[in-house]
Amino acid sequence: MPDQSQTLAERECLVEAKGLGVRDGGRWLIHHIDLNVCRGEIVTVIGPNGGGKTTLVRALLGLLPAETGTVSRADGLRIGYVPQRLHIDRTLPLSVARLMTATQPSGRNEVDAALAETGVEALRDRPVQALSGGELQRVLLARALLRKPDLLVLDEPVQGVDFGGEAVLYQLIADLRDRRHLGILMVSHDLHVVMAATDRVICLNAHVCCTGAPHTVTQDPEYLKLFGPHSHEPAGTPAYAIYEHHHDHSHDVAGNVVHEHDHEHGSHDAG
Amino acid sequence: MNTIMSMGRMMLDDFFIRALLAGVGVAAVAGPLGCFIVWRRMAYFGDTISHSALLGVACGLVLGVDLGWGVVAVTLAVALLLLGLQRSQRIATDTLLGILSHAALSLGLVVISLLAGLRFDLMGYLFGDVLAVTAGDLGWIYGGGVLVLALLAWIWRDLLALTIDEELAEAEGVPVMRARLAFMLLIAMVIALAMKIVGILLITSLLIIPAAAARRLAHTPEQMALAAAGAGILAAVLGLMGSLQFDTPSGPSVVIAAAGLFALSMLPRPRYGGN
Repeated sequence: MPDQSQTLAERECLVEAKGLGVRDGGRWLIHHIDLNVCRGEIVTVIGPNGGGKTTLVRALLGLLPAETGTVSRADGLRIGYVPQRLHIDRTLPLSVARLMTATQPSGRNEVDAALAETGVEALRDRPVQALSGGELQRVLLARALLRKPDLLVLDEPVQGVDFGGEAVLYQLIADLRDRRHLGILMVSHDLHVVMAATDRVICLNAHVCCTGAPHTVTQDPEYLKLFGPHSHEPAGTPAYAIYEHHHDHSHDVAGNVVHEHDHEHGSHDAG
Repeated sequence: MNTIMSMGRMMLDDFFIRALLAGVGVAAVAGPLGCFIVWRRMAYFGDTISHSALLGVACGLVLGVDLGWGVVAVTLAVALLLLGLQRSQRIATDTLLGILSHAALSLGLVVISLLAGLRFDLMGYLFGDVLAVTAGDLGWIYGGGVLVLALLAWIWRDLLALTIDEELAEAEGVPVMRARLAFMLLIAMVIALAMKIVGILLITSLLIIPAAAARRLAHTPEQMALAAAGAGILAAVLGLMGSLQFDTPSGPSVVIAAAGLFALSMLPRPRYGGN
């Protein structure tokens, strides 16, 4: 647990919410949120749809006003934001390189270096609409890096990414954190793969249901109440094996899932 | 006899040249702006606020001010009203657009019919009357057109960022509201300028068809804007010449020419000598 007596600056905290509440008309979207993200730390916000994850991110970015409480950001904080997905019409002729510099004028070398850092330098002249989900996420990540951020904010970064790509993308994000000593705030609706890299999980359903290191969160009764102990089964993707693996308790898992799980476990330990 | 004939000929040339100049001027402005309407999927939105232009004409007549100003003021007001109503999200946007579009058009028609004492060329406003273009109109079109293009160039970068992703643009410090308001103002101004050429019922086509026709010619947003201006100018010239040749209504003729260019742009490109 972080020492409560330390100030924001001492722990190199990048953004901090205290008693944050955001309201839409008469309804509280989120309330009583205490949260901070420090340098070198990956914080993952999980929770059900409509649980206020995106609202929280928007409030932390300063795009939504706080009805109660405060949001403080470190002086001169540079935030790199990666949205969930882009809805770019097919009629807009836009190359990856042009997307990179849309709001951040940068030289060709900088653009190429950022794209190389996320492994997509070969895509620089492709039309944005021709990218796969995983490629687009990497391009958006590179685009955020171009701003030389202290804090990366990622909204569901693995949505629309296939399973293999998902694990690799998480590894990339963890590497970025280590290499650039960034703070990372990630929103995710699935806990299992996130857990491999994340330092702290915050389970949000309008208020903070529970928080802690990944292995403690999944055992928290509040979390189990939200998602149900078997909520991971309907999706049926092998990705959930990772979630199972990172628990000490042994659930009954179908044999084929266990197989995938061993495989993925290896790729995670590799980093 | 000969002198009278040649004088008539000159006048004919004169009105036709005025019409051509007007059409070219409006198309050059509508093309680039129309690209944003296409990229932002706002064709129906453009339709709605152009339909409200007739109400602007009516207001101009009632208040005795220049009709162009009436149109800019009313279309801008309707655009802002739409933005506000969209934000409340109580009704689906396309329903809202349908309601406002037809309510504004009907209100315009009713108000104008109440002013029945005036001799009023309704068809000219609905479908355009390029014969009626005066030298003064040309001044408006080119003065206003330069202003619109300058404003568009000024907000180009922000508007493009907004078109890529509003939330991302906002998070990265783009003045989203300013760009959005400026865009509304530009649409209102272009509607006021284009009204005489194609009429309020067909203005949207002058915005979106050249832009759509330009899509396959372009690899960057700027190329597409230039190509859209070019396609619009070509459509205006072809349409007006056809209108003169076949004695057809000028506005619809320009639109048909633009649609023809769009159809051409959709033809599969010949590759390796195949089909």
